[in-house]
Amino acid sequence: MSLLSGSRGRFVLGHNEYGLRPDLALVASMVEPGTRLLDVGCGDGALLEYLVKVKGCDGRGMEISQAGVNACVARGLSVVQGDADRHLVDYPDDSFDYVLLSQTLQAVRSPREVLLQMLRLADTTIVSFLNYGHWAARWSMVTRGRMPHTRALSTPWFETPNIHPCTVKDFMDLTRILKLGTGRAYGLAKEREVTTITHGFEGQANLFAEQAVFELLRPQQPKGKKRRPA
Amino acid sequence: MSKAMPAVHELQESLAGPRAVINGGAPMRLESGAMLGPVTVAYQTWGELNAERSNVVLVCHALTGDQYAVGTHPITGKPGWWESMIGPGKSIDTDRFFVICPNCLGGCMGTTGPAATNPETGEPYGTSFPVITIRDMVQAQAMLLDTLGIDKVMCVIGGSMGAMQVLDWAACFPERVVSAVAIAGAARHSAQNIAFHEVGRQAIMADPDWCNGFYFREGKRPESGLSVARMAAHITYLSEPALWRKFGRALQDRYTKSYGFDADFQVESYLRYQGASFVQRFDANAYLYITRAMDYFDLEADYQGELANAFRGARTRFLLLSFTSDWLFPTSESKEVVRAMNRAAANVSFVEVESDKGHDAFLLDEPDMFATVGGFVDSVAREQEAGR
Repeated sequence: MSLLSGSRGRFVLGHNEYGLRPDLALVASMVEPGTRLLDVGCGDGALLEYLVKVKGCDGRGMEISQAGVNACVARGLSVVQGDADRHLVDYPDDSFDYVLLSQTLQAVRSPREVLLQMLRLADTTIVSFLNYGHWAARWSMVTRGRMPHTRALSTPWFETPNIHPCTVKDFMDLTRILKLGTGRAYGLAKEREVTTITHGFEGQANLFAEQAVFELLRPQQPKGKKRRPA
Repeated sequence: MSKAMPAVHELQESLAGPRAVINGGAPMRLESGAMLGPVTVAYQTWGELNAERSNVVLVCHALTGDQYAVGTHPITGKPGWWESMIGPGKSIDTDRFFVICPNCLGGCMGTTGPAATNPETGEPYGTSFPVITIRDMVQAQAMLLDTLGIDKVMCVIGGSMGAMQVLDWAACFPERVVSAVAIAGAARHSAQNIAFHEVGRQAIMADPDWCNGFYFREGKRPESGLSVARMAAHITYLSEPALWRKFGRALQDRYTKSYGFDADFQVESYLRYQGASFVQRFDANAYLYITRAMDYFDLEADYQGELANAFRGARTRFLLLSFTSDWLFPTSESKEVVRAMNRAAANVSFVEVESDKGHDAFLLDEPDMFATVGGFVDSVAREQEAGR
């Protein structure tokens, strides 16, 4: 993957030629070209547009804000106004190859249900979230006695949309509870430094990753991926 | 309002604007199996058709709308019903697009309908006019485009009954419709909406001046019946917050209650005005036929109870809009269509616009609607240009 360069296990994310935010570029790098996908919480459609126009994906979006939907529609994307908690049920089983959830998981009312719904729609989901276990967040909380205030977590508690903050370990616990398979997993720090998260060594990512990106697979499914013909 | 004004059926021939005899002058077969014809369609256009004939926007009007979406209405003298949406630099930009708005089949503004002259009898059809459907309206529009030499429509757009036509267009002619915008619509008319229409029709038919639909023979017009129908319907186009904001319980031209049945309240006076002005520009029989067409509309039933089948395989890009306070065509109806389109893996975008103006919001100043529609139509046009 041209997007990633570096030694095994550690990479520095190259600049995306379309100016895609590094965490979105990382998500995009994990998507096979030409696949069908749904981007949940697609915002202004930057990632979705890249996937549709550059990677040739057949993409759809779901976005809660009218401004976001308008921006997407003006980019020529197909986006439905809705929220992950209530409107994923509107799609039939196996509608997509991937369902993406970028920095939205912590903002939904029922993260657990949302993950299960996503895996009903596709056998693979890619989820990115902010890691509240990052050392700076811990340090901030311990020394200040207040909710973390760091470079990555700069929104005050009363304004953050993240009503379900979690750490990398918390997230992995949930995947175990739900018996979800995990595929590739990356920690992201200092905007562009990517570390592969491996089982048994998640403590490191939990401490040093500001964001995490996980590929999740349906329960009891072998890790090999099957794709429907495009 | 004066009785001296000519009735709508008397104005048919004098209305401004182009009209075309469709289907080469041959009768068209209606969904009911009846034959109707020759059929004339009156229409209005704005902007220029480009050399590739690829910049056509087809506008489908609502129940009581007509082809005068832009410009002064020849009867009322008022501005067009969608001036806010269509024009130079507007969401539907007439500097770029060739916009065409036909009067629907069964209408009373020059297109063949119950007010038009039956060539066999030399008098208006009246209730001898066959019952028509939304699909018949769409077929007539398609024949009009055939007559004008237009194959593909870059965008077909409409609100309310217009949205029904838009959905039917996409279902009937997926290969002719590049994109479709259905505003405040539904895939079928609800029981409640059929019920409201029946109230309106009964009001017309209970008017002794209706004369079983042959009022023109008697030189009469069922004005009071049509007016009541309009008043009842008009309430359904608004919302309680909109009515309250506009009128509250304010009294009309008086300081105290009259203890009688005058229009004491402003809202009563407003409705009476709506009814009285409506009868000057609309034919009572046309109202019967068009409301019936809406009642019969059920796209789901047309596709064996699976609405998704109406859109399967379509490459059309769809945009659906609804309004939060619309209780006539509520958001749930639009979402039903969106869900079906998802099942069919169609390209659909959907927005629920925040508005307290009720169903009529699609005709009013709704900046979010203009932004969404404008962005959508522009992206379709750019995509089409890039693909050429």
